Amino acid sequence: MSMQTFKEWFFTTDHKRIGIMYLIGSMTAFVVAGMMALLIRLEQSQLGPTITDNPNEYNQWLYFHGAAMVLAFLIPGLTGFFANYFLPLMIGAQDVAFPRINAFSIWLFYGAIILALLSFVIPDPPDIMWTGYPPYSITTMGNTAYYVFTLHLLGFSSVLGAVNFLVTVIYMRAPGIGWNQLNIFTWTTVAAFVLQLVFIPVLASAVTMLLFDKYLGTNFFNPEAGGDVLLYQNLFWFYSHPAVYVIFLPAVGILFEIFTTMCKNRVFNYKACVYGGIWGIVGISGFVWVHHLYVSGMPDWLRIGQMVTTLLISVPVGLMVMSMWGTLYKAAITFNTGMLYAISCLFLVLSGGLTGIPLALTAITVHLSETSFVHAHFHFIMAMFSAFAMFGGIYYWFPKMFGRYADGKWATTGFILNIVGVHVTFVPLFIIGAQGMPRRYWDYQMFPQFEPYHQVATLGAFMVAAGMSVTILNWIICAFKGKVAPENPWKSCSLEWTHAPNCPQAGNFPNPPTVTADWSPYGYADREANLKATTDPGFPGAAKPAE
Amino acid sequence: MRTFLGKAAALSGIFAVGPAFAQDEGYERDPAAGWDHLWHEIIVDITVIGVIFSLAAIYMVWKYRAKNENEVGRGPKLTPAAALAWALIPASIFMADDFFLSAKGWTLWNDYRRIPDDAKEIRVTAYQWYWEFDYGDEIVSEELVVPKGQPIVLRMTSEDVLHSLYIPEFRVKEDVMPGRVTYVWFNPKETGEYVHTCTEFCGTAHAEMYTTVRVLEQDEYDEWFNQIKEEANANSLPNNTQS
Repeated sequence: MSMQTFKEWFFTTDHKRIGIMYLIGSMTAFVVAGMMALLIRLEQSQLGPTITDNPNEYNQWLYFHGAAMVLAFLIPGLTGFFANYFLPLMIGAQDVAFPRINAFSIWLFYGAIILALLSFVIPDPPDIMWTGYPPYSITTMGNTAYYVFTLHLLGFSSVLGAVNFLVTVIYMRAPGIGWNQLNIFTWTTVAAFVLQLVFIPVLASAVTMLLFDKYLGTNFFNPEAGGDVLLYQNLFWFYSHPAVYVIFLPAVGILFEIFTTMCKNRVFNYKACVYGGIWGIVGISGFVWVHHLYVSGMPDWLRIGQMVTTLLISVPVGLMVMSMWGTLYKAAITFNTGMLYAISCLFLVLSGGLTGIPLALTAITVHLSETSFVHAHFHFIMAMFSAFAMFGGIYYWFPKMFGRYADGKWATTGFILNIVGVHVTFVPLFIIGAQGMPRRYWDYQMFPQFEPYHQVATLGAFMVAAGMSVTILNWIICAFKGKVAPENPWKSCSLEWTHAPNCPQAGNFPNPPTVTADWSPYGYADREANLKATTDPGFPGAAKPAE
Repeated sequence: MRTFLGKAAALSGIFAVGPAFAQDEGYERDPAAGWDHLWHEIIVDITVIGVIFSLAAIYMVWKYRAKNENEVGRGPKLTPAAALAWALIPASIFMADDFFLSAKGWTLWNDYRRIPDDAKEIRVTAYQWYWEFDYGDEIVSEELVVPKGQPIVLRMTSEDVLHSLYIPEFRVKEDVMPGRVTYVWFNPKETGEYVHTCTEFCGTAHAEMYTTVRVLEQDEYDEWFNQIKEEANANSLPNNTQS
């Protein structure tokens, strides 16, 4: 890479390049945190010490795996990469509202990635799990400050991103695009950024209090001086449960884009999905955090009240599920690798979502809390449903980003290894979790009967490792050498395909689009009329379905 | 449209009485059995929902494959009334199930929190990384020993960081923390030895912070208790004479 190219990327304010840099950064975090997962699985594959006899080392892997996967892979991958690259294209904007702030966000993000990776070389790396509960996080020898500063950087980056994208969607939609003509992905991203904007400050204040308690001698969480250890858990989960929706919602949005295009169908009951589903989740998300604290010693009335609110999440999620299933109804389905991932997500959201129902019941969670049942449940939603939606999205928009296909036999091989591997890993963990296997255990001498299950899970983890290696190598090779794709290869109606050429240049659109009230990003039923409802794309071969 | 909305409203009304079907099962003396019962009901509930939606997805993905390249989907454009009904009716069904489960869960939760009058109290203190059980009268052990058929309430606190007391066999768990006292109660029905372990991350030896719960017949328990009492007295004698 010449100095010139480096400068062009490093100092870029183009939302698409910033998006690609988010992709590279978050996939780096994914790869490193994935290696930690392999170490964790290897350690658990046998009773007694397997690859380390130092539990602290194991705890550091757990910390890095959890913190990096949630905060540096899933959230920046979805709200950084996908939102940056595709949201302005979808709403017909030429860039985001504040391109320089966008550039500042990515610098902060890379700062956080570097800080997180540095934790491998400092003498006492953090060992406090991604939750960082005091008093342990205050009394440990591990470097809690690394955790706090990494979170500060990521949080600051996210808040700036949230303001930027909300302003972009409100003020920079192409002339004529009404609220009910937005892509579902745009809606889910807006909802995710509203959650980030409202809840991140709470997390930031919680970890700052942790920092003050450990290094400056304050007593927010010290009961001996009038503090309270439960305060931190409340503040932490007041952000971190909505954070699940910051991940879940854009993932659902990506799936809707893939389904509508590959089904050539309109979204079933669009308004119920947007106003009932997406905004229903935003409305409830701040009232359910106590389900992470069912056995933490909270007052009984709060544990019962939030059991009901937690169960009610099934209503907005159910509305989105109805819309997703309805989009398949009377569809004209064609298949590509993106669609394979999307279809697998239909089943992952069922297994992940439905196993949340027993966990929503306070009395049932008395047994299941902090077992590998919980661990398997949230991996089904976050590591599988959300990550698979991302991988599907990368395949689906690959021709847009690189002008080439990434589909092919290697893509399918990777997919099959991944989908089989994750089930081989997590189904055994469901089973032993229901029988009492605790999470976050370096060893399990008291439960020798679970050893075979752990071995199967470890085998599955290595299948996923093989699948992801194939997948990522396939992306890298296809970005440079893949089969060249025509404009709009999946024949979508959405603006990022019809009006922006593949590999869009700065400014995105040769002719910035204008639409009428009859236009819809999902107007497949009468494609000719839908095209007439927009201005001329200004470049050949774009909007028309290939004959 | 009016009749349609009327039907939708009537249907929602029917579903809203879901909780009325959730009966009190009466597990006041044995929440663990109540847990197993409710767990099986929920597994059936979520399996049924999961199978219905899975079959629908498989059927539609198979049935609606595109026949030719230019085919487009013919998904329905809903009228406002139909759209509202397609939101309200599924929402009512989901809510009915939610309230039904909530009612069941609440009943069981009350059993979990209502300590029987005849419960025997044992005080638990957690340390990094062991447990201490205080039976009163300065009788202390590092394993939990209880008589069969006697409801036990554990009043718990921690001397250092967070811990969590978990006895899988009795289906009980509650965090133990410095500065607060929490409790769990259970009714040991069968004699035997059960795992008792820590489930809140507490540092290096978190995974080794386990011990045994021994459930003994009443006479065996009395024997054990007298023995540990004598040991305690014997140990404290020299101190007493010195002071």
